[in-house]
Amino acid sequence: MTTGPLLKMAEISKRFPGVVALDRVDLDVAAGEIVGLVGENGAGKSTLMKVLSGVHRADSGAIAIGGVPALLHGPADAARLGIAIIHQELELVGTLDAAANVFLGREPHRDGLLRLLDRRRMEADTERQLARIGAPIPPRTIVRRLSTAQQQFVAIARALSMNARLLVLDEPTASLGSGEAERLHAVLRDLRAHGTAIVYISHRLGEIEALADRAAVLRDGRNAGVLPRGEITRDRLVQLMVGRAIEQAPQRPRAPAPVPGAVARMQLEGVRTGRYPAAEVSVTVNAGEVLGVAGLIGAGRSELAEAICGVAARRAGRVLLDGEPVGIHSARDAIRAGICLVPEDRRHRGVIGAMTVRENITLPALAAYSRLGVVRRTAEARAAEEIARMLTVRAPSIEAAVATLSGGNQQKVALGKWLARRPRVIVFDEPTQGVDVGAKAEIHRLVRRLADDGAAVVMISSDMEEIVAESDRVAVMHEGRITGILDRAQCTPQSIMRLAVA
Amino acid sequence: MTRQEITILLLLLVLCAIVAAASPQFLSVVNLQNVARLVGTYGIFSIGVGVVIITGGIDLSVGSICALLGVLLSMMLVEWGWAPAVALAAVLALGGVLGAAHGLLITRLGLQPFIVTLCGLLLYRGAARYIADDSTKGFGTGQGFEWVRALASGSVGGVPMPFVVMCLVGLMAWVLLHRSVYGRHLFAVGHNAEAARYSGVRTRAVVAWAYVLSGVLAALSAVIIAFYTNSISPASHGNFYELYAIAAAVIGGCSLRGGEGTVLGIVIGAALLQVLRNLVNLLDIPGSLDFAVMGAVILFGAVADQLFGRRMRRGGA
Repeated sequence: MTTGPLLKMAEISKRFPGVVALDRVDLDVAAGEIVGLVGENGAGKSTLMKVLSGVHRADSGAIAIGGVPALLHGPADAARLGIAIIHQELELVGTLDAAANVFLGREPHRDGLLRLLDRRRMEADTERQLARIGAPIPPRTIVRRLSTAQQQFVAIARALSMNARLLVLDEPTASLGSGEAERLHAVLRDLRAHGTAIVYISHRLGEIEALADRAAVLRDGRNAGVLPRGEITRDRLVQLMVGRAIEQAPQRPRAPAPVPGAVARMQLEGVRTGRYPAAEVSVTVNAGEVLGVAGLIGAGRSELAEAICGVAARRAGRVLLDGEPVGIHSARDAIRAGICLVPEDRRHRGVIGAMTVRENITLPALAAYSRLGVVRRTAEARAAEEIARMLTVRAPSIEAAVATLSGGNQQKVALGKWLARRPRVIVFDEPTQGVDVGAKAEIHRLVRRLADDGAAVVMISSDMEEIVAESDRVAVMHEGRITGILDRAQCTPQSIMRLAVA
Repeated sequence: MTRQEITILLLLLVLCAIVAAASPQFLSVVNLQNVARLVGTYGIFSIGVGVVIITGGIDLSVGSICALLGVLLSMMLVEWGWAPAVALAAVLALGGVLGAAHGLLITRLGLQPFIVTLCGLLLYRGAARYIADDSTKGFGTGQGFEWVRALASGSVGGVPMPFVVMCLVGLMAWVLLHRSVYGRHLFAVGHNAEAARYSGVRTRAVVAWAYVLSGVLAALSAVIIAFYTNSISPASHGNFYELYAIAAAVIGGCSLRGGEGTVLGIVIGAALLQVLRNLVNLLDIPGSLDFAVMGAVILFGAVADQLFGRRMRRGGA
């Protein structure tokens, strides 16, 4: 029985044209151990995992599984060696059902010439794996119809059904609520007890603190340190990730109390969404304040945001801006009224990846830089430059395609496109999901500044720390209804959770 | 110029050189004028179809629209005695109406562009045959509407009128596509309609207008082609024109997924196809191989492009 680590990656180096992604990186994971892998975006975590899964071939270095040197020429080799990776961007085929996805590429077939699919076995196995992780999803459900959290569970069921010896999870809780995250962690602990080696990549340092036996930190493509269980703290991790201690941002000064009698910037009266047509939402948001919106996945927060911002149909109710009812029947109406949305699905809705930073930033307000329908390029470029600079978007130039930027910078572009319009209300749906620590702090500063400049800000977030630190008040939702609004003083993760599970 | 435009321009020049070397007749004034006339004619509706392709859609009805409008134009001028200006306006308007119908079916009812325009292809040709009673239409001596006829057969300083018209259309399309707000919205919708909608772009209007444009440009081409051939057989007039348009657009850099393409690319693509046809004629290659030659050359170009690397348009990583 080998006593060495199950996975040993030694001196892995990988270079792409113009950039060194990995520089002699080591990573060891033992069977029955959870190793947290942290690092800012661009630190090399994804590249390292792609080398492990066979997607990239390392320029130099060695990988050994169970003491045996492994040559990984492609993902099939990795799978054969018992390595399963669950990517942040789930790689499921939306048009197939859960069972088909779990067995994709390894479909069991009946005996005989025709090799017919053994659907019964596929469905039985899928059901078993899903039950194991406490996700009661019928195996015949078309994956595209599942929520992101449920899709995540299908991806995990897939890894489990492959009897992976080594499981790598990349930002697994990015789209999970805290209850679901807890369930996932319980499953991982269970797997650990059964001898699976687990690599857990996450920006949620609190989870690393709670879960990991060891934490490996990467910085700029190199090892920055490994912390044993007893030494894993958020501060230490951040210090290693960034190379210096991040000054704790000063507590956000309380937004000025609304003048009694003054009309609130935005009032929702009896708004119902398509998802929860029986639930009515009534709430006010004042200019200059940040209203956090907390709740479990599926509470109806995104649906509410989309209803307010015209993207989805609003079943009933009124939206008043500065006391005046506004008719919003499309995204365009909302934008014209001054209500802007930075949506949750950044890659597909927040930005147009194939277009440049400049084109994305100016898209909603092109008319302002054009005359007689023709765009004035210099004015447009100047405006885009200014906004990109104000938001510290890190890109080679404003002509870079947005898809080439990191998550945090993409998010800044997604937000930047509204700045030129000086929105009266701006709704953020998970503003820092999948964004690294540095960019996160920058985005929080921007949110604050928008509020200080007079906008009413609504911030939907599943990140408890973020909600508590950045909001002036917190509205908690559960199944389409607001179960409570907490003032800053009463706002703790516990009080929020109590209202969220109502 | 984009990489794609340079590549196909080079291909075009190489092709011209090959044809010229194989057959000196290629460079004769008469032949060049002929090719230019064809490039102009086919180029006009190719631009329209290209714009639709950039939205991520397709327009298969172009050839049948040419047949239907050609028949109607002939009947308007010869049989019903309409004033040429009125007939011209009516034909262009009808093209726009048909395009609008496509656009509305696609954006309001959510039907797939392939289905809608395929039905158009079938319906309009059927209508053309019915209205013309399956007889071949023409313009006879062309008395009374010489100026309309000049659109097809006239020339400006030796350059055939259809080519000149195409250049004008191309210029306007270039401004529309690459310099105007509408054009930016069009590309945004083609790349990612969802994200464009979230950014406040009126995606349905943008797409619908693209089909209207395609319809109007098809109508303009219909007028020119009708006079050029002076013989409109409803069953076969305009056959396969949509394939020429799609080929020109795709060669020119339009991705069938949408979001990519340039006006100049489409024009060069159209020119390439007509030079290939000319090559078949001049080199006495059997006419039956017409399509085969075009297909082979286009395939060669596509393979060469793929093998020599297709980087992302900007900020390649």
